[in-house]
Amino acid sequence: MSKEWPLWEVFIRGQHGMSHRHVGSLHAVDAEHAIKNARDVYTRRNEGVSIWVVMAKDIAASSPSDKGPLYEPARDKVYRHPTFYDIPEDVGKM
Amino acid sequence: MNHLFEFLLRQGDNVLVLGHRTSEWCGVAPALEEDIALANTALDLIGQTQLWLGYAAEVEGAGRSANDLAYQRDVYDFRNLLMLEVPNDDFGRTLMRQFLFDAFQVPWLTALLQSDDQQVADIAAKSLKEALYHLDRSSETVIMLGDGTEHSNARMQAALNYLFPYAGEMFADDATDIAMDDSGVAPLPSAMRAAWTQTVEKVLGEACLTLPDTAFAHSGGRTGFRHTEHLGHMLATMQTLQRSYPGATW
Repeated sequence: MSKEWPLWEVFIRGQHGMSHRHVGSLHAVDAEHAIKNARDVYTRRNEGVSIWVVMAKDIAASSPSDKGPLYEPARDKVYRHPTFYDIPEDVGKM
Repeated sequence: MNHLFEFLLRQGDNVLVLGHRTSEWCGVAPALEEDIALANTALDLIGQTQLWLGYAAEVEGAGRSANDLAYQRDVYDFRNLLMLEVPNDDFGRTLMRQFLFDAFQVPWLTALLQSDDQQVADIAAKSLKEALYHLDRSSETVIMLGDGTEHSNARMQAALNYLFPYAGEMFADDATDIAMDDSGVAPLPSAMRAAWTQTVEKVLGEACLTLPDTAFAHSGGRTGFRHTEHLGHMLATMQTLQRSYPGATW
């Protein structure tokens, strides 16, 4: 059995942030401990108003070697960007 | 004797001495996360010290500052609890001490919110937010380590056995406490005993630790009558710069 505490990924929502952003990782024995550690490691300079933690092993990630089939087909489909339309002023932020 | 000055020194010296002891872990704690957490706690406590000793200096009216009180008094002028000056020894004792103190500070600072002395109430309000987090963290760590492995449980029990005879000093009322109670500045420390005992029994129960069966309590720290041999060594380190270069600033 490994004596190392499990690894957690930390997400913080800042004062004016709309969504939580990944800020780094840390070790902790359980979720509550991870949130406390995140508070102490990542919010010492008043960075956040909300913390999410998730065990690193629970994150499913795409494989870097699949880069070609996953992303290249989107490259030549410029018409998917809504840059060919004029957006009226009063629509506001899209 | 100026009882208010004496009272403020006790508040300030408690957090100064514990803050310094906690800061001794900086860079050498068992895990990076705990290292930063302990440094944060130490900084909270030193911040509280500035408020208490700043007000103490003002009340004394002798032209001394919070820094003068912290760095230019000797052992017999300190008014902290003995429990807070004994060496860290290991991480277990450090966490157990923090917990036993936090379990007192939370009801104590809560009571001080009602102080007739507005400055005392204001300092308590600021300190209480920090103390609540400290108690949350120290309780959780005491439970994790007490209810951990056979080895971690044994070390936490050893820490508790060592510290428990020092805990009673927190509740030993004297003339200064009675004067503060009479003037509406603070309640008697002994009035905190029930709340403290309730927190301690609950957390130590969850931590699978046994309260030592003793009513013996060391004393002498908060009255300044007799400190342990350890405080002088600690002050030698803590005060060396101001002793070598009096009045140095940066």
